[in-house]
Amino acid sequence: MTLEVALRHRFGRFDLDVAFQAPAGVTALFGPSGAGKSTLVNAVAGLLRPDSGRIVVDGWTLLDTASGCWLPPHRRRVGYVFQEGRLFPHLNVRQNLRYGRWFAGLADGEDFGHVVELLGLGHLLSRRPAALSGGEKQRVAIGRALLAGPRLLLMDEPLAALDEARKTEILPYLERLRDDTAIPILYVSHSLSEVGRLATTVVALDRGRAVRVGPAAEVLADPDAVPALGLREAGSILTGRVVAQHADGLTELEVSGGRLFLPRMEAAPGARLRVRIAAQDVILSRERPVGLSALNVLAGEVAALRPGKGPGVLVQLRIGQESLLARVTKRSAEALRLAPGVACHAIAKTVSVAPADIGAAAAGRDAGG
Amino acid sequence: MRVDWLPPEAQSAVLLSLKVSLTATLVSLPLGLLVAHALARWRFPGRQILNGIVHLPLILPPVVTGYLLLLTFGRQGPVGAWLYDWFGITLAFRWTGAALAAGIMAFPLMVRAMRLSIEAVDPKLEQAAATLGAARPWVFATVTLPLILPGVVAGAVLAFAKAMGEFGATITFVSNIPGETQTLPSAIYAFLQVPGAEGAALRLVLVSVAVAMAALAVSEFVAGRIARRVAGR
Repeated sequence: MTLEVALRHRFGRFDLDVAFQAPAGVTALFGPSGAGKSTLVNAVAGLLRPDSGRIVVDGWTLLDTASGCWLPPHRRRVGYVFQEGRLFPHLNVRQNLRYGRWFAGLADGEDFGHVVELLGLGHLLSRRPAALSGGEKQRVAIGRALLAGPRLLLMDEPLAALDEARKTEILPYLERLRDDTAIPILYVSHSLSEVGRLATTVVALDRGRAVRVGPAAEVLADPDAVPALGLREAGSILTGRVVAQHADGLTELEVSGGRLFLPRMEAAPGARLRVRIAAQDVILSRERPVGLSALNVLAGEVAALRPGKGPGVLVQLRIGQESLLARVTKRSAEALRLAPGVACHAIAKTVSVAPADIGAAAAGRDAGG
Repeated sequence: MRVDWLPPEAQSAVLLSLKVSLTATLVSLPLGLLVAHALARWRFPGRQILNGIVHLPLILPPVVTGYLLLLTFGRQGPVGAWLYDWFGITLAFRWTGAALAAGIMAFPLMVRAMRLSIEAVDPKLEQAAATLGAARPWVFATVTLPLILPGVVAGAVLAFAKAMGEFGATITFVSNIPGETQTLPSAIYAFLQVPGAEGAALRLVLVSVAVAMAALAVSEFVAGRIARRVAGR
């Protein structure tokens, strides 16, 4: 299951020229507004006809200007979840969910019940969209796209219009979607936190160009990619297995380079979790620290350093099989004589990890960078 | 009510007017919907010209419209001669001609109401329907049409009311023949020409007002119900 996209499009002074390939899972299109994310997604959906390009989903060609192939939107089998939901106001939830099935020639099979259960829509079926909350609307929109039997799901900032509580409510559903279905997802976001939770592959866009493409754990931990992703929010993801739930409200996670203590996360022992650790929350120490309140100390070695324009420097550490990004001052880096190959300890406070940055990880995937 | 409350020719004028107006409204409804959709959503050369032609009956003196109809659809007119030669249809001086005149005079009002309601539909909903597999005609039938129904009803009722009141173009095109082309306004006009018939004219005026009010009430009721259903309340 692969997604192949190559597009060139020009309108006014904006110039889009992007090419990437992505494997199954969630491919996150990340970048600031005006980077061309929505243009790209609309071209994949067929709502916009690019000047030239080629889009192939798992061998199914949606667009190929070289051979004059252009499928109209209704024949693309692409499920599109819009930022504003776009539910049909004159239909109830059940009718909205069924809308695409008729055109796809799908009967009301057991997958209807499965999706309703996956998204928690059972009690909403006879309601009208006007009587739904923002989070419920978005879940129905996801279900509607999913039930049309798509070969590819497009999500254009599906959480952007929601408050934090609603986002937290929906993210687990998206994780289940990623891990339980084989449908590739193209996910537009300008939130690194969402990308850290969901992405298998990251495509970083800036001013119409793909500046970085690669596996999420790799791209997010790459100091050279940080300028494109945003310095303030930069952070890398570690994946591990729950080994214990402690009575004092901590979840213990085993990652490839040691143990992490996280704020309580409801997950059975053995479950796989991924956690995003912000680069600016990581402290570095050459010696193993003693008498420290911070619970998480991981031993590793420096892999790369990237000085920024200001007083900071980004340090990439190898921790077991994974990479961790730390942001410290140039002064500290010099004082510690940090250089590639130098052994080093990374320290992260448990309470600095936001619950929103901890999520489920697919079994067997995302294991290390 | 006494049977002779309305003289027989006045009764037939009321019935004829209802028949003419209903025919005009129902026949122009699909065409009006198509033109309104084209004006609201399609981009094609000549869109402004089409808009102008649709609005012409609204701004021309009705007598001029009636005369143009006579020139075009009269037995000697280009379209009228063709209709007669091929189908044996005559419009001039027939009730069908009255329906044509009423329909054309009411058309701009119908199109305006429908166009406004189509423009109020968010094209993003239609895009969403397309991504869910609906081809253009299905998008219209399952999303656009249900959402614009209040506007369609309003446009149809407005057209019906306008057709009931049409006078100038009708009398010019099909004259004022009792039992064939004498509609309600023509009959009122005829009664006013005859000394002593003011009573009958006044009663016809009352009927006219009653029909107009009833049409308005029905339209408000239906449009309100549909709007509530569409809004999901």
